[in-house]
Parts: sequence; C-alpha cells; structure tokens
Amino acid sequence: MSDVSRHDALIDALGAELTPVRRLLPPWVRTVGWLVIVAIIGAVMLSRYGAATMLRRWDAAPDLGMAALGAVLTAITASLAAFALAVPGRSAKWAWLPVPSALLWIGASGMGCLRAHIPGMHVLDMHGANDCLIFIISFSVPLSGLLIWLLRRACPLRPVLTAVVVGLASASASACLLEIIHNVDAAASDLLMHALAVAIVIGANALMGGRLLSRA
Amino acid sequence: MSPTLAISTLTFRGPWVLLRGLPDRVPGIDQAVSTESINANEQADRQRAAWMAAAQAGDQRAYSRLLSDSVALIRAVARRQGVQVDALDDVVQETLLTVHRVRHTFDPSRSYDAWLSALASRRAIDALRSGGRRDRREVHDDFAFESHPDRDDASKHTERDQEAQRLREAIKTLPPGQREAIEQLGLKERSLAETAERTGRNTGALKVNLHRALKTLRDRLHGEP
Repeated sequence: MSDVSRHDALIDALGAELTPVRRLLPPWVRTVGWLVIVAIIGAVMLSRYGAATMLRRWDAAPDLGMAALGAVLTAITASLAAFALAVPGRSAKWAWLPVPSALLWIGASGMGCLRAHIPGMHVLDMHGANDCLIFIISFSVPLSGLLIWLLRRACPLRPVLTAVVVGLASASASACLLEIIHNVDAAASDLLMHALAVAIVIGANALMGGRLLSRA
Repeated sequence: MSPTLAISTLTFRGPWVLLRGLPDRVPGIDQAVSTESINANEQADRQRAAWMAAAQAGDQRAYSRLLSDSVALIRAVARRQGVQVDALDDVVQETLLTVHRVRHTFDPSRSYDAWLSALASRRAIDALRSGGRRDRREVHDDFAFESHPDRDDASKHTERDQEAQRLREAIKTLPPGQREAIEQLGLKERSLAETAERTGRNTGALKVNLHRALKTLRDRLHGEP
C-alpha cells in the first residue's frame, strides 16, 4: 500500500470512529478546581486548630508571613503552570511562572533564620523538624496524585517538566497547610527539613510522575 | 517574479511555507507580501481550528478534511526535527493517531497549527529516539560487512557452477537406463511410482539403475575407475 493511500485509509478509519468529545476545560478553571480541594483541606484544619497561633507568628515575624504568602502564590502559579503545560501547543515558558513566588517563599524562609527569635515561641528541634518533613511529604503524595490524575486527561508533551511543576505545586500547597499548625519559630534545621521535603517531592514527581504523565 | 505572482504562489502553497523555512521566500519582496502571506496563513489556521471544533462535536466530513490537510504540516514539522524521509510517513501516522486520541485538548480559540505542530514534533522526537535505540541494538551494515565475511565468496560460486557442469556432462555419458533413472528420480525428484508410470519400467529396475548411476557418477567425479 502506498503511503498516500495508507494515510487516506487511516483518515477514513479515524473518521468512521469519530465520536463527539467533551472539550478540556481551560487551564485556569482546572487550576481553581484543584485549589478548591486544597482550600477545603485548609478550612478543615483551620476549624480544627484555629488561626490564632498562625496569626501571632506572622504578627511577631512578618518574614514568616511573607514566606507563607510565597508558598500560597507558588501553589497557585505552579498548579496553573502545570495545567497549562499539559495542553499541547502551550509554551514551555509557563514553567517559569512559579519561579518568582518560589524565590519569595525560599528567600523569606531563609531570612527567618537570620533574625532574632520570636519571644515565647520555641525553636524546633530535629524531632519536630522530622514531623515537618513527614507532614509535607504525606500531604504532597495525595495532592500530587490528584494533579497527575487530572493532568492525564490532557496530553503533557513535556512529562518530566510538567511533573517537576506538579511537585512544586503540591509541596508548596502542603507547606501552606503546614503553616496552620506550625507553631514554632524558624530555624536552620526547620528550613533545611522544608527544603529537603520539597526536594524529595519534586524529585519523586520527576521520576514517577514523569512516567505516569508520559503515558498520557 | 512580480509581487502579485509571489502573493498568489505563497497563498497557493498554503501556510506551510513559513514552517518549511526560507527557500520558499522570495528575496526582494516588500513587507506587504509577507503580511499578505501571514494573513493567508492565519486564515487557513482559523479554518482548520473551525474544522477541529466541528470534529469535536462529531462532524466526520470536517474531520476528514482537517486530517488530510494536516498531513503536509506534520511532514514539514518532522523534516524540521531531522526525521529521515523514509520515516516521515510513520511519523504522520503516529501523529494522526495522537490527534485522534487527544482531540479534546484542542481549544478552538487558539491556533490549530501550533497545537498540531506540538504533537507532530513530539512524535518526530519519539521516532528519532526509537530509531537511535534500534541503531544501537542492531549491527550496522558496515560493521557486519567488516566483521562477518560471506560464507560463500565469488570463487566458491564459480566452483559450484563448474561442479554442476561436470555433473551434467557425466550424466550425459551414462547408459540410457541409468541416465533416465538419475534424471527422473534424482534431478526432478519424482517418486518411484511416478517414474515407473512415465518410463514404463518397473520400480525394481529403476532402483537398480539409480544405484548404478550414482556409483558411476561418484567414481567419475572423484576420479576413481
């Protein structure tokens, strides 16, 4: 069979089995959907633990508030970038979108280690820092899973890059949720554990999420 | 070439002109021409986006026209990615299948050409990678040629021809009964019963003649008395 007739035969076959499809929702709508799930978890935690401790920390140390703001913005921009990257034809430059907010998040967290400690609030020991690590990872797993499941309905042509951004989105969202119950002052060990947790989540996504997305 | 002719040429060639690169561009054509061709490309792109929107709703005719129209762009993208000519049609097939599978991801308010180019580019890279993997796994022709010499070289072939000629001449010198037996049973590979029917001889005589013929030939070809 010649190549032209091969293409014609395939086009005929594809045309014959054509069925109407439900168009993919725009990336920002899908992003809002995922963020609503995160917000619901946050609301449940706030109703359980209250916002007083969190607000007192931010009041005493504005840099922690800035770090939390950076984490929130990173969760929003990284999830939007992931949903945009998963649509064919969208620019890879979307991956840069969460970078400024991630820098704010990391920078403000780092600054927290340099200033004087908040009076009356204890500094985290290694045991507590481990809890942070476990919290971020254990929340990131379902949030990443949900994102990947949603993204598989699209067609991520850059699966590893998309998975890295998915990791950043879920790790930053987990850090936001951790902020609600994180009643300790910033310390180098704490920052290190946060950084380690984020790196583990992003790395695991790049390894496993990339494979899951490449089958899409 | 006059500007008017250039416009019609570019328009006729369709939107792939810009994607294929510079050879289709005519030097010295003013800004109006490139604007004209870009507008034509945009119109064609919008037309394809409208066909895809219709296809998403289940319009088979629009879908077939769209896919037929897409083949040239897929080939252009694959060529640009460095896919060899003989592999282009495989990339076209894979891309058409991908288009079918992920047609729900197209947003009709955006460029169809950009969407299709992204898919075609991905499938072209897949083809290049699988080609690279195959090349690493398989022995290259040059390597095989150097490392694994032919079992039979040219002189061997000639020797075999000469042996066959000697055999044919030796058979010609056999007595008629033996020659008949070796031709029918040995060369034409007929059964004893069939040969007996054709020659009118009984199978016992044929067996004896064949046996004698083989002995005679063996002796002659190996130089024994």
